[in-house]
Amino acid sequence: MGGIKVDLGLCTGCSLCAKQCPFGAIEIVEKKAVITDDCTMCGACVDACHFNAITREVAQKEAAPDSSGVWVYAEQIEGQIAFVVYELLGEGRKLADSKGELLGAVLFGSEMEEAARDLIAFGADRVYLLDDPQFFNYHDELYAMALSELIGKEHPEILLLGATTIGRSLGPRVSARVGTGLTADCTGLAIDPENGMLLQTRPAFGGNIMATIVCPSHRPQMATVRPKVFQSAARDPSRTGEIIKVESPQVTLRSKLIERVREQAENVNLQEAEVIVAGGRGLVDEKNFKLLEELAQALGGVVGATRAAVDSGWISYPHQIGQTGKTVSPKLYIACGISGAIQHLAGMQSAETIIAINKNPDAPIFQVAHCGIIGDVFEIIPALLAELKQ
Amino acid sequence: MQIIVCLKQVPDTTEVKINPETNTLMREGVQSVINPFDMYALEEGLRIKESLGQGEVTVLSMGPPQVEDSLREALSLGADRAVLLSDRAFAGADSLATAYTLSRGVAKLGEFGLIICGKQAIDGDTAQVGPSLAEQLDIPHATYVRKVQSVDEEKMVVERMTEDGYEVIELAMPTLITVLKDINQPRLPSLKGKLRAKKAQIEIWGKEDLDVEEERLGLAGSPTQVVKIFTPQRARDCRVLEGTAEEMAKVLAQELKKII
Ligand SMILES: Cc1cc2nc3c(=O)[nH]c(=O)nc-3n(C[C@H](O)[C@H](O)[C@H](O)COP(=O)(O)OP(=O)(O)OC[C@H]3O[C@@H](n4cnc5c(N)ncnc54)[C@H](O)[C@@H]3O)c2cc1C
Ligand SMILES: Nc1ncnc2c1ncn2[C@@H]1O[C@H](COP(=O)(O)O)[C@@H](O)[C@H]1O
Repeated sequence: MGGIKVDLGLCTGCSLCAKQCPFGAIEIVEKKAVITDDCTMCGACVDACHFNAITREVAQKEAAPDSSGVWVYAEQIEGQIAFVVYELLGEGRKLADSKGELLGAVLFGSEMEEAARDLIAFGADRVYLLDDPQFFNYHDELYAMALSELIGKEHPEILLLGATTIGRSLGPRVSARVGTGLTADCTGLAIDPENGMLLQTRPAFGGNIMATIVCPSHRPQMATVRPKVFQSAARDPSRTGEIIKVESPQVTLRSKLIERVREQAENVNLQEAEVIVAGGRGLVDEKNFKLLEELAQALGGVVGATRAAVDSGWISYPHQIGQTGKTVSPKLYIACGISGAIQHLAGMQSAETIIAINKNPDAPIFQVAHCGIIGDVFEIIPALLAELKQ
Repeated sequence: MQIIVCLKQVPDTTEVKINPETNTLMREGVQSVINPFDMYALEEGLRIKESLGQGEVTVLSMGPPQVEDSLREALSLGADRAVLLSDRAFAGADSLATAYTLSRGVAKLGEFGLIICGKQAIDGDTAQVGPSLAEQLDIPHATYVRKVQSVDEEKMVVERMTEDGYEVIELAMPTLITVLKDINQPRLPSLKGKLRAKKAQIEIWGKEDLDVEEERLGLAGSPTQVVKIFTPQRARDCRVLEGTAEEMAKVLAQELKKII
């Protein structure tokens, strides 16, 4: 087994490593660094040490089994392909090209022939299509079985899923079934030029640290990928590819979908919104959220909120952004009267452009903002609305 | 019916702050707490037991010996039994190896009707242990449960949150759910509970106590490996606007029109 080793001769007890350790797993005992049981062997201390006193032995694992092809799971809901699929196809295409392999898309559903052809236009070389009325709606056990069987037959090298409600439920079930690793909610993917492995980068600790993860000796290398991080593939109707029919699995189901309900009034698809106008405790009252709604409407966006605002009852929970709410990465995020607590930042700091309006110049939100307005939301927003109307 | 609640101890991120100079996490004096989502899982377990009028709630955790404190807290809230899976061989586990180890703990606990996990742990944020555990135990599952509509010995009906609404799902027992924070409002510990928890025995099981395949445990049993860890570029060159509200609004409006 691998592990973190401290060379006691080189260690000066300077505690640089202990400060850098994201897991608080290093103690300084009698001027020497001691690695405790909390260690996850992430290796942050190895880089932190100025004296080369810390090394990490990576366990030598057996070689990866033969496999080939980059696959994208083409999530659909009621026949509609999820947006994230086009992003996965865009990124998957790059990965496949850099490995010189084929890009496959896996599509399970009912009457999806046309959608399958469309996936080819968006970059897939092959579409594995399971077309069966039983597959109209997503079902954990059914889909997990079908996807696992297909993996067992075709041996893909890489499998990407959207980090959506479905992807984050299906992914772990399939990875456990085929006995491989799965990296959650990735925001960066690359191929290691040295060994061809997939480098999967993801935020942890609510985005306060980033970790790059590999899956050296199990296949496929699986990752769920955060929506809105990668660029969508472009559609090219002249592209050609192959549609491969997949058989339905034999499985006894122990769960069933009774009903799918769309909440019209609550129709806040924060994860897919390009523009989010979010409000916090600085808005003081429920009625002031109307102001945010107006701004959101003017910008073609939706309204989000901090936990403080949700807990005050000013707006409902589906609007909450952050560690205990939703994670979003819109093009534009306008934070109004939000302090920028670490738990809130966890859900929004990957937004492309962040604009913060806050009275307090020391509010931590300004540390992640691209553009800051130190001022009163009740003056700025009406003035801004007036400007936008012009 | 035995209800098993999987509970993880995590660092209290409300106390973790960013050092603005180095952009690293400041963890000095950071306490460990029960993963917040798991508090909702525990509360839901207690409520289901109460509504059934029978059964027991077992809290199960894998982690280092100090997790005992969190398990004692769970007992003070009303859990009947607490088991800690702790062994150096379990260290460094990724979500697959964690779920495997938990599944062997569950096997030793014997017959159960329901396992409840939190939606995700706030340190790793993977949300994978629940579904992975369900698969390894070969039982159905539902993630992101925001409401339990009904539950009995045979089956349960839950509402699962989706991107645009919710789904009503029926699950045959035994089953596993992962819960969101709006499922309930956790109770506070009672004085009686605290006293009981103080004296209670917490069972600690190592790898010898479990029927496990050694090569599937801990770091060695983890297909994924962290190769690098770094702090994201955080301090941005925040462009601060100046002037009156109207002046700032004007500049901002121009910026916005460029973006959208
Ligand atoms: C386990 C756990 C999980 C959590 N999860 C989340 C989560 O998912 N999402 C989340 O958001 N929080 C979460 N929190 C809460 C988080 O710690 C903060 O309490 C919360 O984000 C603060 O919200 P806020 O910024 O709206 O309020 P405050 O921190 O009170 O900030 C209000 C800000 O508004 C400014 N302001 C006031 N009046 C005006 C005005 N007129 N004009 C301009 N600015 C003004 C103030 O200067 C201040 O900076 C969590 C906490 C815990 C313990
Ligand atoms: N070490 C652990 N011990 C017990 N339960 C755990 C452990 N790790 C994760 N869990 C459970 O799995 C859920 C999801 O965790 P994660 O997949 O790590 O985000 C948590 O809310 C817990 O209920």
